[in-house]
Amino acid sequence: MRPMPLALVLSSALITSAQAAERAVDPAVAALAERIRALEANAQILQKQAADALAAAQAAQAELQEMKAVRQDAPVAAVASNGTASPSASANAFNPAISLILNGLYENHSQDPVNYQRAGFPLVGEGGPGTPGLHLGESELSFAANIDDKFYGQLTLTMESEDGETHAGIEEAYIETTALPEGFTARAGRFYSNIGYLNSHHTHTDFFSDRPLAYQAFLGNQYGDDGIQLRWVAPTETYLEFGSEAFRGENAPAGGAAHSGVGVKTFFAHAGGDVGVENSWLAGASILRADSTGGEDGFSGRDNVYLFDFTWKWAPHGQFKDAGIVVRSEAFLDDRKGIVVDPADPDALGQAWDGQRRGAYIEGLYRFSRSWDAGYRYDKLWAASAGPYASDFDPQRSTAMLTWHNSEFSLVRLQLAHDQPQPHFIDNILTLQYQVSLGAHGAHKF
Amino acid sequence: MRKMLLWMIVVTFAISSPVQAKLRVFACEPEWGSLLAELAGDAITVDVATSALQDVHVVEARPSLIAKMRQADLLVCSGAQLEIGWLPQLLMQAGNAKVSSGAGNFMAASQVMTLEKPASVDRSAGDVHPDGNPHVQLDPYRVLAISKALAARLAELDAANAATYQQRLGDFEARWQAAIKVWEAKAAPLKGKAVVVHHSSWIYLLQWLGMHEIGSLEPKPGVPPTSAHLSSLVDVTKSGAAIAIISAAYQDSKPGEWLSGRTGVPALVLPFTVGGDDQARDLFGLYDSTLDKLLGVLK
Repeated sequence: MRPMPLALVLSSALITSAQAAERAVDPAVAALAERIRALEANAQILQKQAADALAAAQAAQAELQEMKAVRQDAPVAAVASNGTASPSASANAFNPAISLILNGLYENHSQDPVNYQRAGFPLVGEGGPGTPGLHLGESELSFAANIDDKFYGQLTLTMESEDGETHAGIEEAYIETTALPEGFTARAGRFYSNIGYLNSHHTHTDFFSDRPLAYQAFLGNQYGDDGIQLRWVAPTETYLEFGSEAFRGENAPAGGAAHSGVGVKTFFAHAGGDVGVENSWLAGASILRADSTGGEDGFSGRDNVYLFDFTWKWAPHGQFKDAGIVVRSEAFLDDRKGIVVDPADPDALGQAWDGQRRGAYIEGLYRFSRSWDAGYRYDKLWAASAGPYASDFDPQRSTAMLTWHNSEFSLVRLQLAHDQPQPHFIDNILTLQYQVSLGAHGAHKF
Repeated sequence: MRKMLLWMIVVTFAISSPVQAKLRVFACEPEWGSLLAELAGDAITVDVATSALQDVHVVEARPSLIAKMRQADLLVCSGAQLEIGWLPQLLMQAGNAKVSSGAGNFMAASQVMTLEKPASVDRSAGDVHPDGNPHVQLDPYRVLAISKALAARLAELDAANAATYQQRLGDFEARWQAAIKVWEAKAAPLKGKAVVVHHSSWIYLLQWLGMHEIGSLEPKPGVPPTSAHLSSLVDVTKSGAAIAIISAAYQDSKPGEWLSGRTGVPALVLPFTVGGDDQARDLFGLYDSTLDKLLGVLK
């Protein structure tokens, strides 16, 4: 019962003080009320002004439309009317942008690729040595367009000759949202994972004619699969992107589409920015968790691949067209726990494996004129010291290249590589490659 | 790992929370940055993506540009495929639906008639633009038409400041019209004169001044000058009585200087856009500097 009288005393005290205040401030309140009325009137005038301005702006736009119609630059008008006359042209106007990549190589190997084995790293996916002699590289045909106001779609087909047979494949086929709010983008279909740096880039944008050894060993050259992706760009001055993916898990480093066909999950984060006008950087950290059942290398179990990537670009005045330097490095850690069964002998007893392997590369590109690039890359893989793929030797490779661009659509590349996949096995490779792009002008990622 | 990702997202939201009431505009080229400054002053925040020393056709889709695009309410670019090598990539990566299409997407070349719209396109003719020549910033009448459309767009997106934009447009228009009169009077001696250009990016300026182009250092648009092609220009430059060999601030000055050495016709570097030289600090300075330099070779 004690709080009750206390509350009464308090409330009465409050009331009396409030009454006192009201009496004392009365003229001030009146003045305030007067000001509010004035402000309200003012706001109404402002509102009217804004509406008038909008009307005037609309009038200006109408005037502009008129100007456009009246101002006739004769030759332009003639071309425009020619262009829109035929009905077939307007039907084709909605065709997707089509682009085509053609690519051919000559390779000279000092060792027969049949004998090629990499100590500690069985060859998976397309991660082996190239074909000797003259041959056609991967030809790529890509269609892309906005589907409607909310979706974008892309299909990339590849055609490749192997042992005299032509293989066609769906490299990428996905849809992507264009209208999610707050910097979110979702993607579904078949596509290359956004982990690391090179993985999401098509090989025709690479500096070299083949992928780094770490990509070959840990991702089967490039990890793409059927899946979904959600990514988010933060509203910050420094570029920050986070995302996650779920994949079927059919391709290396996964296998057998584990977990009812959701065998791979990834997380990735990328950050980037400028330092002054002439320098830009991009860095990332990613993880790929694959559950395999009977993978290409005979592995069943859990595989965690950690990737760290870093790119630095310098160009005078920030203009990479005529000159510049790019330095890039990616490091891989492959952590496995499971069982390996020799894929050549499926009835053999499985061998338990719990171990780590690592890989890294560093590459530099120097553009010394509009038409010429020179580059160097050093690759290394660190094998496991125990387990089914134990090796005391760590494979390594050095690659140098020189590229001539006639325009942004064509290049010819000379590449020399010194590849040591085993202690007493050295493959010296000379590669001569042309690569061109036809059709729609592609926009490349940084 | 998943928890960490969530925390990262929460933290970035916290860092970036200050609400930006001002309209944020991403301008692809410095000339549109300058026009936005004329039309909006401090009412908006402008990020200019490129400088006068860069070829805007081949800019890299840098991470910093993605970050800026992510936060933009309005995108102002030349359009007509000028930025095709990087702008689509920025839009795709930034995930900002406000500017990818609709009112937040303003293309200057779409507001006016473009010149040199090819009847058919073929890459053997070089890097041609199916929507016409996108370098519209050097025709003052087109700039005026674009300024009106842009002011209307600003008012549409930011109705609270509509009066400001309208008032500043009126002010800009008056000063611009007056400047056009001065420029046209000053440039009268240039009428009918011929020039050799580096790249086909001067058509709007030449058409406005009644000048004409008799040759181009690039054999095809976007294809770098070759020595064989430059040699073939020596006679053309002499017999055509060119008054200058003009290139933009971002272009390699060597081919022009080589031809100048062979013909005695002065090689002239024009600012091309805002920031291209000391005098071209805004749109007015850009035109002043361009005309002064062209008139300078007549003396």
